[in-house]
This record gives sequence, C-alpha cells and structure tokens, in this order.
Amino acid sequence: MIKPNILKRVAKIDSSQYRAFLILIIIIIGSSFVAPSFFTFSNMTNVIRQISMSAILACGMTFVILTGGIDLSVGAILGFSGALSASVMVSTGSVFLAVLTGLGAGLICGLVNGIFITHYDLPPFIVTLATMTLLYGSTLLFTKGAPIAIYNQSYTFIGKGDVLGMPLPIIILIVIYAIAFIVLSYTRFGRNVYALGGNKEATRLSGINVKFNQAAVYIITGLLCGVAGIILTARLGSAGPEAGKGYELDAIAAVILGGTSLAGGQGFVLPTIVGALILGILSNILTLMNVNPFVSGIVKGIVILVAIVIDKKFKSISSKGE
Amino acid sequence: MENNYILELRNIVKKFSGVTALDNVHLEVKKGEIHALCGENGAGKSTLMKIISGAQKATSGEIIFEGNKVEYNSIKDAQNLGISMIYQEFNLIPNLSVAENIFLGKLPIKTGMVDWTKLYNDTQAILDTIRLKISPKTKISNLSVAQMQMVEISKCLSVNSKVIIMDEPTAALTSEEIDTLFKIIKELVAKSISIIYISHKMDEIFNISDTITVFRDGKHVKTLQTKDTNYDEIVSLMVGQSIENLYPQREEIKEDIVFEVKGITGKAVNNVSFTLNKSEILAIYGLMGSGNIELSKMIYGAIKKKSGDVIINKKKIKKISPHNAIKAGIGLVPDDRKNEGLVLIRSIKENISLASLDKITQFGFVDKSMERNTVINSVEAMRIKISSPNQIVGNLSGGNQQKVVLSKILRTSPDVLILDEPTRGVDVGAKTEIYQIMDTVTKKGKAVILISSDLPEVIGMADRILIMNEGKIIKEVMKKDATQELVLAYASGGVSND
Repeated sequence: MIKPNILKRVAKIDSSQYRAFLILIIIIIGSSFVAPSFFTFSNMTNVIRQISMSAILACGMTFVILTGGIDLSVGAILGFSGALSASVMVSTGSVFLAVLTGLGAGLICGLVNGIFITHYDLPPFIVTLATMTLLYGSTLLFTKGAPIAIYNQSYTFIGKGDVLGMPLPIIILIVIYAIAFIVLSYTRFGRNVYALGGNKEATRLSGINVKFNQAAVYIITGLLCGVAGIILTARLGSAGPEAGKGYELDAIAAVILGGTSLAGGQGFVLPTIVGALILGILSNILTLMNVNPFVSGIVKGIVILVAIVIDKKFKSISSKGE
Repeated sequence: MENNYILELRNIVKKFSGVTALDNVHLEVKKGEIHALCGENGAGKSTLMKIISGAQKATSGEIIFEGNKVEYNSIKDAQNLGISMIYQEFNLIPNLSVAENIFLGKLPIKTGMVDWTKLYNDTQAILDTIRLKISPKTKISNLSVAQMQMVEISKCLSVNSKVIIMDEPTAALTSEEIDTLFKIIKELVAKSISIIYISHKMDEIFNISDTITVFRDGKHVKTLQTKDTNYDEIVSLMVGQSIENLYPQREEIKEDIVFEVKGITGKAVNNVSFTLNKSEILAIYGLMGSGNIELSKMIYGAIKKKSGDVIINKKKIKKISPHNAIKAGIGLVPDDRKNEGLVLIRSIKENISLASLDKITQFGFVDKSMERNTVINSVEAMRIKISSPNQIVGNLSGGNQQKVVLSKILRTSPDVLILDEPTRGVDVGAKTEIYQIMDTVTKKGKAVILISSDLPEVIGMADRILIMNEGKIIKEVMKKDATQELVLAYASGGVSND
C-alpha cells in the first residue's frame, strides 16, 4: 500500500524537474563501471566544456519551446556569428569588437526570426527552417569554404582559458543558466512565456503583448547563439565554414530530455542542462569505449526515445494521482 | 411489465482512486422516451453517461439492455449493442466529407476499394430520414454548428442505435435550430429510439422530456414524470435546498454616464452606439449571428473593428487592444472559457494574476508573497473551491473555472466589466454566486455589460436591455417592461421598431 503512494508522490512533485536528474545519475553510475577513466576530474570538465555550446543553445531553446515554438536556426546562427566574429578579430585585432560583432550578429538573426514569426504570423518551424538554410549558406559564402584562423590569445582565452581553476566556458554556462532560471521563475516576462505557451489567445486577452514576448524569446536565443558561436570559435582557434551544423538537434534533444513539453507552457530550464549533460556524457563514454562513431548517433537516438517513453509513463502516474 | 425498459442500470458504483463518483445509482430508460438527466456539475451525470456509452467501466453494478445483462469494454461494444453518445464537443473530422464522417471506420468496401456510390447512397438515405438538406459530399468544415449536430445524429443512426445519449446538444444552437433538433428528436422517439438528454437548460428539459431523473453528489435523487413536476421542484432537488431568489434585487439606476461607444462597425456589427451608466448592468441580447458577441469583443479590442470610438470616463481610448482596454479600465470575460479565458495547463495562482502582473511586479520581478495574498483573497471572496493555489486550472469544474476568469479580470480593477456568457456550462449553485458577484461589483460603482443567450438570465439581471439584430441595436427595453416574449420577438426581427 505504501509503495505506490510514494511513487505517486514522487511523480507529483513536478516530476519533470527531477526525471532528467534520475536518468543522469543512472548514466553516470553506468559509465563509471564501463570506463574507469570516465569519472576523473579532467574528463568531467572536458565533457562539460564540450557540451557548453550546445547547452547554451538549449537554454534559449527552452524559452522558445516553452512558448510553443521551435528554433531550427540555432546552429546556423552559431556558425554565422562565429565566422563574423572571427573575421572582425582578424581584420581589426580588437577582441572587444570581435565579441561585440558575434553577439550583435546573433541578436540580429534572432530579431529577424522574431519579426517573421510575430509580425507576419508565420509558423516558427518554417521561418527558422528558412533562416537556418539561409545562414548556413551565408557562412559558407562568407568564409569561402575555408576556416578563418585566429591566433590572438586573448580571444582564444574565452574558449580555452581557466578562471580560478574553472574553465571559462563552464563559468559562462553557469551564469547563463542562473539568469535564465531567475528570469523564468521570478519575473513577469517568465510568467508571460509560460502563459503564452499554454494559451496564446487567453494570454493576449489578458492584456499581454504577445508579439513582443514571443519575439523576445527568439532574440534571446539569437543572442545566446552568438555567445556559443564566440566560445566555439575561441575554443577551436578558428571559425569553420560548417560550424554549428547539427547543434540545433542536440539543443532540441536536451530540452526534451529535460522534460519540457513540446506543446509549450510546461517545463523548466535547469533540467535542460541535465539533458545536455546526458547527451554529452553519452558521446564521451562511447568515445572512451572506442565505439564506432557512426554507432553513437544510434545510441543517442535510442536514449532519447527511452527517455520520452519513461517521461510519458511518469506523467500518466501523476495524472492518475490527482 | 419490466420489458418496457430498454436500458436498466442497477447498483452502479464508480470509484476513482478512493473517491466515489457514483454511489449505488440506478436508472431506467423506457423504449421510445426522452429521459432528461439533471444535476449540478459533479453530480455524476457525466460519469454515468461514460459508463453507459462504454467509455468507462463501472466499479460494480449491472447494466441490463433489452432485458439481458450485458457487459462491454469499449465505446465500440456499446455501439454494437445499440447505444451511442453525442458529446458536447463533436467528434467530426473537418477535412472529410459528411459521408466519410458518418461511415468512418465502417466505409463500404468493394474489391478492396471504397465503394463510393454505396457510401453516398447510404448517407443520402440517412440524411433524408432527418431531413438534412446537404450533399453527402460536403466537407464538415463548411457546415454550420447545427448541421454538424445533425451529422452526429446521423452517425448514431448509421449504427442503428436504440439509445442515443445527447450531452448539452443545444449549447451552440440558435433557437430556430433548436426547434429543428427537437422535431428530429421527436421523430426518432416515434421510431422507438430512446433519448437520454443532458442539459443545463431547464426550459428545454421541460419542453421536450417525458421523464426527468435528478442526480446529486453521485446519488440518484428522484425520477419524476415531467408532466407531474415543475421547475422549482427540480432545481431544489438538484441543489438539495430550494433556491429562493436566483437573481438579486436590483436598485434603480441613476443616469451617470461612465462609458460610451460611438459608431462601432466591423464584421457582423453595423454602426452601433450606446451609453452605460455607473453601477448599471446593461444586457446586449441577440440571437446567434446578431453580432452582440462580436460587438463586445470589438469594444475590448479582442477582435478588430473597422471604425468607431470607445469612450471611458470621458476619455477616448486610442488604438484599442486588450492591453489598452485593461489600462483604460475595461475588463472582458470571454465566452469561450477554455480557449480564450484560461491557460488550462497552468495553476490557479498564475491564471488569477496573469492580467494584473504589473500590480505585483517590481523591477520586472513578481512579488510572490504579495501574489499569494491577493490570490487567496480572490479565492475566498469568490468562494472558489480549490485544494491549493498551485492546482492546475484545467482540473477545476466549469463554475470554479469561470470564477477564476472573473477573479483574473477583477484584479485589473475595471470600471466597465464585459461578461460574455458568464454562466455557460456552469451549475445552478455557481450561477447564483456569479449573479451575486455581478450585483456586488456594480454596487461598488462598476458597470457591467452582459452578453448572454440565456434569456431568463438577461431579464433577471439586466437593468436595461439592448436588443441586437443583424448587427444593429434595434430596441432598448427597461427592466420593468422586459418579458421573454417581447425581447425574443424583437431579437428575431419579428417586430419592427416604431
């Protein structure tokens, strides 16, 4: 008699918040068994450093998905703003201008998405599919198909450097998620995001400027893509013509693993980082185990499927409990 | 003697995780009768219907159909026996034709392909029996709500139903369409089909039913012959006590114009002007398509108008939008609670504060303790029955949901409150409470615009009634002169204005 009650109660405490943690712990424990070198400090920081770009994209993606939208262009914005930033770095030698350009490019790309989605009332999927294609093409054209190399150490520090023994990308990641958490849980804008995703019309009739708030999530996401683009460029010491490809899917997968509803209106941002960690650890462990890289995509896909099946099972338990 | 019953339910018990929804309930439906079910929301009507239609299984009890004990596990099983249900929300696929919808899942097949000729002929035959003059090839999306209702009935006929359950079938119909529906129901009954009729509208129940069964708190209260009972008896059985004054006593309104609209024109609305006094309840009544709902939404900026001005407290609102309307002091409770009024998947707390977040926000941050207090105040003032402010709104009953919408709008402190169908799908108890709330807020100086298709409610609550027909206000009636016959006569365009 007691057992199902506990289960129900666990499922009831906003289960989506904790499910991702549970999966993460299982994977960490499993990984430590199969690959002893996994659970070392250097490997762990390496994993987090690796996921920091996709996790930053996933943070913006959480906002977008909470409003009931989707942004397929995040990887492309990342690549585009990274390339622009690198080229400004090379031509001006100013880290400040380079960073500003990267952030500005991301912001403007997000703004374009936002304008098309809200002002012309178009489906986010189609708009961002178009801007994704457009931006991947632009990056190829702009870089002429060759990487733009950067040798400035102050710039590469952003991706490679440590502050107080902590890799800078990880610090940036933590700061971004902390801000996102506060914004979503404590601010009026956060409330509007949830309401908008739950019921757009009711939100509009409650006097909330739906277009502004909806556009804002794409702008925020664009800006975060700019941040991730700079980090990736700095980490690699160059901006590649195809940088960012595939990041959009990792970002969406991280949000889904974090339990955020694709229908919008329900979910949290902190589990998204856990979702990104799960994906990162999976890649890492498969590499450590010398698994054929072609197989790793298969494994990731299976993990996502299993996670959403578990998610659904939990949801049905918690709804029965009500 | 007992063979008179086509359907009998004996000792039906239904429990949901410990909560008893139906407590030893019985129901007997005769062949060829219209059996109305009455009860407030939560009385157990819906659960019982789900059990009869096969959507849910009873925890215990027996179902006897045509004299035999039956057991079924699905809606399909029930349909095969001859029991069908028409839900309030239609189960039609908009992009398919009438014929495809009626025969969905049982399309006639010839050599592996759909036999379209037979499909259309069979459909035509069914449409003829209910005298629905549409082509079987018409897409559902091109039909009116009333026609969709008829298609739902056709679906039941296509499986040779002997018992048809109708849940609030007239909720979206105009009075003429209701007449047609009733004619068809009577013809079905003449063919020995039994109808179980669920409705909140008492006048309809008395108009059409042969027998009335009242449920309360999951228990069978009483079954009566319609001709042997009356409105007051049924309502007091439903509520468990008699309702003395459904409508509050209103005081005389002095002229003191706080609100004015001038020349509002837009889709379905043609050059409408009127004024509203302080503390007044003004009803704008019209049949479906008269434009009264559209008018109310244009005033609020929920839908676009072509031209016209809205003036509140002697100030013209520039660029009307819900945002600006709220800022100027206008509040709207929309008629479509689920799609326009609430964010169903979010909490009561978030819904109540949604429209007035600016009042509890500092530097963009929501003051959570202030929010909690205001929400608790609202919940207590409105007597919303909840387990916690964090409860999901979608799990509340219709009446409580409506009170959440009302609380949300009242939190914006409007001077003018527009209520579109405020008691639709709300039980009698919650109805009286909503009327009380309307009375209380107007006594505090607010003015109310009431848009309702419930004529007794319009007459009972309004100090003044504007009657709309084809987008225009054609008559103003004061409370003392208002009768149902008069208002309806003008609303249906039967009387020309003098």
